[in-house]
Amino acid sequence: MIVTFAEHREGKLRRPSLEAVSEARRLADARGAKVESVLIGSGVKGLADELASYGADRVHLFDATELAAYATEPYARALAQVVQASKPWAVFIPYTAMGRDLAPRIAAKLDAGLVSDCVALEVKDGRLVARRPMYSGKAYGTFAWAGEPQLATLRANVFALGKPDSSRKAEVVVGTVDGNARAKVTAVHAKAGGKRELTESQIIVSGGRGLKGPEHFPLVEQLATAMGAAVGASRAIVDAGWVDHQMQVGQTGKTVSPTLYIACGISGAIQHLAGMSSSKVIVAINKDADAPIFKVADYGVVGDVFEILPKLTEAAKAYFAAKG
Amino acid sequence: MKIAVCVKQVPDTETRIRITEGGAGLVESDINWIVSPYDEFAIEEALRQKEKHGGEVVLISLGQDRAQQALRTGLAMGADSALHLKDPAFDALDTLGVARALAGAIKTLGAVDLVLAGQQGVGGDNSQVPGLLAELLDLPQVTMAVKLEIADGKATVEREIEGAHEMWEASLPCVISAQKGLNEPRYASLKGIMAAKKKPIQALDAKAVGLDAAALQPKTKLEKLELPAARPGVKMIPGDAATQAKELLRVLHEEAKVI
Repeated sequence: MIVTFAEHREGKLRRPSLEAVSEARRLADARGAKVESVLIGSGVKGLADELASYGADRVHLFDATELAAYATEPYARALAQVVQASKPWAVFIPYTAMGRDLAPRIAAKLDAGLVSDCVALEVKDGRLVARRPMYSGKAYGTFAWAGEPQLATLRANVFALGKPDSSRKAEVVVGTVDGNARAKVTAVHAKAGGKRELTESQIIVSGGRGLKGPEHFPLVEQLATAMGAAVGASRAIVDAGWVDHQMQVGQTGKTVSPTLYIACGISGAIQHLAGMSSSKVIVAINKDADAPIFKVADYGVVGDVFEILPKLTEAAKAYFAAKG
Repeated sequence: MKIAVCVKQVPDTETRIRITEGGAGLVESDINWIVSPYDEFAIEEALRQKEKHGGEVVLISLGQDRAQQALRTGLAMGADSALHLKDPAFDALDTLGVARALAGAIKTLGAVDLVLAGQQGVGGDNSQVPGLLAELLDLPQVTMAVKLEIADGKATVEREIEGAHEMWEASLPCVISAQKGLNEPRYASLKGIMAAKKKPIQALDAKAVGLDAAALQPKTKLEKLELPAARPGVKMIPGDAATQAKELLRVLHEEAKVI
């Protein structure tokens, strides 16, 4: 059996949770095994159906007002309780801010091995084998576990979503847990403008030094808006204070794997390449044809970002308008 | 206030990675070792809290002899003393084993008010040790901190999540992991570097931190390290800016099928 942790926000399951259930279903089918999901929150029972549609056979529901906001200790207690009772073969947790906080706590509680940020999972001789980027993607490691459960966190945006089947139903098992927490969320502040999260976006448009100054960064943001993309940045312009560090792609920033990555005025320092070279398709726009970014790019545009970005934004608006 | 800071020595982020034959690990000969950047934020934060509240900052690092350089760097920044976890038995540790050794070292310090660590060690990129430590020490945790204030026996922490910031409150003692944005680490002064040479680094082996053979047994194992597959090569889009823009969208749609 494989247990997955289901993360939700504002009444909706987050996509990385559905990716985790989908991947669990795929591996469980190959082993003739079951998938069980753990759903913790307040007033979240209705989400069980969606977990079922992606492949959960059973949903362990912990529903209480004191569990409304994420807190490490009670959430870890609930998940560990399920794992101790069901003795799964593996546990999949999304590698999100929440999953990264939660998974190590459970690994220590269960005295079990945890492999972080997996980008591929397979079954070999009845054991789980994981592949994960290391050195921000400058290398890939293949990992195996000793003993069970085999705990893995799964990178967002990498594992394919299964086809939801609304005729699938899951048995809902209600559990209770001690809700006490010594560390608690007291408030949540959304970022201005509802910016898209880099690690979970299908398209990313990033800008670097080639933009010459923070006053020109809107050229990148406008293209991103036209393409429905998240906005990224090189370390150079983050360190120069042009943009917030949350936008930094690369080592000491975020490692991303979108379907399409467009690098604008980024020369391609090794730390930046490390963070984005696992993108499916990479476009580089740079005036220097010898810039290292072209070595990892699939499509190269040599030219002036000040000329090309407005034209590309205009063309993208027309393209997406026509596409509807 | 007594603050313990976990420090990892890692390859410089500029390092071009080379892998040993058979994929067992990195070729270490031409690596420049540094303090993991996130741990620098942790050290800096510890020093700032000490400057505000008084007390003591103890650094802890697990690693070979060269890890001492990382400890000296932190001592030169202003930390008071250091523990160096060093034992041939530590070579094969996984993340849980490392956290156990660190937890054992922290326990030798007696009552600690705050444990700080980088949110991940650059390179291994596991982002596990702070959470593992918190559970092993039975302490609350707040990870990915970008702001920390200590007052009235409580830590108020701003934490980064996807598209938002959370405000947390944790009772002390607790474990906090540092994210970029928490502070701007200081450079060591010449005076600091000279002073660091005289500060104590205490070596601790597996026995000293109470780890037996079973506790050292790894639960996960790196079987093979490989370089990423080479990218297929670049196709240049010719023409003036307007032509390039149109052509790029066409190939992204028709060839690459990503829009």
